[in-house]
Amino acid sequence: MVKEQICWEDVEVGYELPTLEKIAHSLMLVKWAGASGDFNPHHYEEAFGQSQGTDGTIVHGLLKHAWLIQLVTNWMGDEGFMKKFSCQYRGIDYPRKMKTMNEPQDGDTWQCKGKITNKYVDGDDHCVDLEIGVVNGKGEVTTPGSATVILPSGEWQLDN
Amino acid sequence: MVPDELKQHIGKIDPPHVREVERGAIRRYADAVGNGNPLYFDEEYASESRYGTIIAPPGFFGWSMQSVPSSEGIIGLMTAMINAGYYRILDGGMSYEFFLPVRAGDIVIASPKVKDVNAKEGKSGTMMVCDFETTYLNQNGDLVAKAYQTLIGR
Repeated sequence: MVKEQICWEDVEVGYELPTLEKIAHSLMLVKWAGASGDFNPHHYEEAFGQSQGTDGTIVHGLLKHAWLIQLVTNWMGDEGFMKKFSCQYRGIDYPRKMKTMNEPQDGDTWQCKGKITNKYVDGDDHCVDLEIGVVNGKGEVTTPGSATVILPSGEWQLDN
Repeated sequence: MVPDELKQHIGKIDPPHVREVERGAIRRYADAVGNGNPLYFDEEYASESRYGTIIAPPGFFGWSMQSVPSSEGIIGLMTAMINAGYYRILDGGMSYEFFLPVRAGDIVIASPKVKDVNAKEGKSGTMMVCDFETTYLNQNGDLVAKAYQTLIGR
């Protein structure tokens, strides 16, 4: 099997990563709470969410951070290495409620986007800097961020 | 002004949190995110990768490593914040520097530290901005990652 691997020479400043679409819903938030160990009821109890000053339960910042990490790491491939990552939770996101046991109601879809802002060699590392962000259904960037990734350079060859 | 009962937490470090990076925990994490990358659950695929086995996605240990109750560090400061009336707590953001991959079966030792607490005037009054810095070592004592997290109390 030939794995697809993006190389440093394949990209330029301004290159846009393939958009990763996500739908946050109650079920996903509960699964995330269990998997991440963040059991803050702000993410699964409406009344508590209201007591915290929001309109009910909200999407975990760290879930959005994990979406952005997925956007970058799955794009950079197995041979890439994420060196730095950063994101800020600027806007609150509200999850879709459930329609059935595992299907969410109609509602917002979130888009995780990324763009190369810098390309350089740092010692032996072929690096790119990325501007990344989670965009809500209204087109607002609720979770802006940045990342630095080391990509294999053109001399790199697949072993298998 | 940062109240003294919050200020006294600055510089405090939690007792180290020691965790084995379990395959099942990695799989559940990837599943919760909706990340189908086989590096996180397919042993056969992962064994042929440069890592030789299943790895944890970067950021896997962000919060799950910090959930140990403690009177020091993060939990201590959060308790003091609530007691001081800053009971509405929101996550502000997360940054990392990554140095080494984390493989299934590794032991990760996390040491979260309260780096700083600053008062900031916001739309809804004074906010307390709390900065944490966590160092992650593996079983060989090598630095795996550093994480910087901001929590805001209102």
